[in-house]
Amino acid sequence: MRLAIPLTITFVAGMIMILQFFVPATQSLGESLQEWYMIVASFAIFLGAMNLITVHVHKIRFRAKNWKYSPVTIAGFAAMVLTGLFMGIETGRPFDFMFTTMMVPMGATMFSLLAFFVASAAFRAFRASNWRATLLLASAFIVMLGRVPIGSMIWNRIPLVSEWIMQVPNLAGQRAVMIGAAMGMVATSLRMIFGIERSYLGGTD
Amino acid sequence: MAKFIEKLGTVDRRVIFLLMALAVILPLAFRMNLPIPIEEGPSKDLYDAIEALPPGSRVLLSFDYDPSTMPELQPMAVALAQHLMTKDIKIVSMALWPMGVSLGNEALTMVGDSLGREEYVDWVNLGYKTGGGVLIVRMGSNIQTVFPNDYDGNPIADMPVMEGVNKLGDFDMIISLSAGDPGIPAWVMMAGDRFNIPIGGGCTAVSAPQFYPYLGTGQMVGLLGGLKGAADYETMVRLEEDDAAPGTATPGMAAQSVAHLVIMLFIIIGNIAYLSTRQKKGGLR
Amino acid sequence: MMKTLVVLSLLLTAGGALAQGGEGLIECFTAQDAPNDAGGGIDLVWTLSLDAVPPDSIVLERKDGDGGWHSIAALAPLSGRKTDNELENGVEYSYRLVPYYGGIAQEPSAEVSAVPGKQWIHSGRVGMLVILTLICIIIMYFIEQGKRGKELFIRRIAGLTAVEDAVGRATEMGRPVLYIPGIMDMDDIQTIASMVILGRVAARTAEYGSPLVVPTCRSVVMSVAQEVVKASYIQAGRPDAFIKENISYLTDDQFGYAAGVDGIMVRERPAAIFMLGTFYAESLILAETGRSVGAIQIAGTAMPSQIPFFVAACDYTLIGEELFAASAYLSKEPKLLGSLRGQDVAKLFFMVVITLGVIAATVGEAWEPAARVAEFLRTITNVE
Repeated sequence: MRLAIPLTITFVAGMIMILQFFVPATQSLGESLQEWYMIVASFAIFLGAMNLITVHVHKIRFRAKNWKYSPVTIAGFAAMVLTGLFMGIETGRPFDFMFTTMMVPMGATMFSLLAFFVASAAFRAFRASNWRATLLLASAFIVMLGRVPIGSMIWNRIPLVSEWIMQVPNLAGQRAVMIGAAMGMVATSLRMIFGIERSYLGGTD
Repeated sequence: MAKFIEKLGTVDRRVIFLLMALAVILPLAFRMNLPIPIEEGPSKDLYDAIEALPPGSRVLLSFDYDPSTMPELQPMAVALAQHLMTKDIKIVSMALWPMGVSLGNEALTMVGDSLGREEYVDWVNLGYKTGGGVLIVRMGSNIQTVFPNDYDGNPIADMPVMEGVNKLGDFDMIISLSAGDPGIPAWVMMAGDRFNIPIGGGCTAVSAPQFYPYLGTGQMVGLLGGLKGAADYETMVRLEEDDAAPGTATPGMAAQSVAHLVIMLFIIIGNIAYLSTRQKKGGLR
Repeated sequence: MMKTLVVLSLLLTAGGALAQGGEGLIECFTAQDAPNDAGGGIDLVWTLSLDAVPPDSIVLERKDGDGGWHSIAALAPLSGRKTDNELENGVEYSYRLVPYYGGIAQEPSAEVSAVPGKQWIHSGRVGMLVILTLICIIIMYFIEQGKRGKELFIRRIAGLTAVEDAVGRATEMGRPVLYIPGIMDMDDIQTIASMVILGRVAARTAEYGSPLVVPTCRSVVMSVAQEVVKASYIQAGRPDAFIKENISYLTDDQFGYAAGVDGIMVRERPAAIFMLGTFYAESLILAETGRSVGAIQIAGTAMPSQIPFFVAACDYTLIGEELFAASAYLSKEPKLLGSLRGQDVAKLFFMVVITLGVIAATVGEAWEPAARVAEFLRTITNVE
């Protein structure tokens, strides 16, 4: 019984979405389900916020490991929510100030770490251990040079060769991965819709 | 000498980090500039597609990114807004990511003010709604049910810029600046394929290869990939305009060029050390 | 004054002579039920005569129930298509076009009528329906074969074979196992596949007695992960070893989550790290930090842009559909193995269609029958 209800919901929702794609007369069913989805997705944001507060309050109460970071998290959360709700989010308001002077630089900083990690990963992993790896390495060099102005300064055909690598071998590889992944998704979705795959429900199969 | 080469292969990664930092900081500090050649490719294709739109056309611009990818995507947003507004093309903007709204608003306000374009007449920001692909499909039948008001809470029904725009099919092009999901694939599948609307895009450099299949089949009319794509577009837009504001992507290309050369140098050093070690092991056998 | 009146009247006459009524201006005006919809729509299409002077605007009018005409849209003069929506199915509607010159309405076009109705099959998607039905039949057939006990071969996937070794290594070193289920929500198919694998990994950690830490990026994923891990621990007979607090929600923010997980890696120093699900730019940040703490790393994603980073930084990588095959591979359940086999046969079908299409399109440049085959394949695989 515990699994019967979610399995039934999964089956009905899955079949409605498939049906409405091929049967135009049932489009309104699909649209209703999509509206339900948007409402549930909006609610999930609220759920996430409540969960965050609950987890960190619990950590403070029971002095769990690293509990001293939890008040910082809650203070940051409260600052953004309260300023946004009561003072507005337009340009020049405290919310916008905190967003542009703190969130934006912090997010960009984390993303910038990639530059360093790409360099160390490339140094460690890009080895010409066989002819395939050597070919890959040569392609990587050409594409890296082709994607910056220096490539055309070295030889004006590098951008052309780089674009060919992107549009022919790379495209073929991307298509293969996309088609394979899509087939995997179709099979997994079918298994879930028909109740063959049940592990994601957190119970026995 | 052999020992030195071997040691090079095990250099501390902090040395690599330091050299990478210098490779990026020094060109920016010394304002090193490299000429950006305009070549045939996805960036030029997008530029040409927008050039072909007549004045008065309507374009949906979706800001599907957040502050972490702002350095790559914000210059694209500014350059695209400049191009569209200069050609008197009306912009309706929105976001599938919550933080994309303010970033988009920033770009449109800045460009709109510099070119004397009026909000609600020449451009409007509809804001953010959750839902991703589902949202796009809903917009396909009626935009007003999804976005009854704009970002500032004003009803969109009476806005001059929204005149004649009731559903996605009323747009002449959709451009998504995308850092992940939901983003370009959702627009291509749910809007481009379903409603036959030309789709253009801008994305981070790391994501660009995965969108080449869409370019190959004509499902996308053009693509700006990473900082290079943004620099290409800025250059093409500035060529047409005498007093277009300088972009932020073009100066970054010098830093990126040097950084690429440093990475290539490290790969070569690593391979020399590897081959030397392999040769030594082969000799011992 | 007289001169002005004469000039004005001459101008009006000239204008009237140049302007044309709808009958001569609009060459072809048709109305038909909008195709492939749920009803309530009529498509109106018209072309203007090439010889005529284009009007300033065209007004589309619809006949009321009492026979009167009312305007429903003012259109640009060159547009040739408009869909009238929210009509009642089964009722006939009549339309006409009225051109305007200088704000003056000219003679309207001939009247056209149509009846909106709903369609039960989308004509632009029949090919896809046939293909999808075929794929479903193939997959279901092999699932039945699996249920009947037929031996189904599955090739060795190094990353999945290493799961047991990785958990064993963590037990020996007395360090935890870290499982990262990606950064997307439960509506993402890769996250669901990740939850399935989490169940299997949790069964191993319960068996070996290693702590399992699962930081999540979405609260709903955290709830599901807690249920999945708890069920596995109960099934393994170790409900006491289940620690709910080890499965936590960090933040929805992509790089905030990456920073949080990096912190967990550096503090807890896990011996085995599993990164299975949807990842974006944070993939390399996580993988490199994991490498720096000396953990064995098994990653898997269907994101083509992140696979190279995992291959470069991790010990084992599941590429694309190998992630979806994991549940079948780890459980060795006949039904799941059967669906995997069916998926492979369906893929073979696509490979044959692609090869045939490429040959037909290439040869079709010089030979008409091949071009027709290519066109047929394009039609059945196209989705409107």
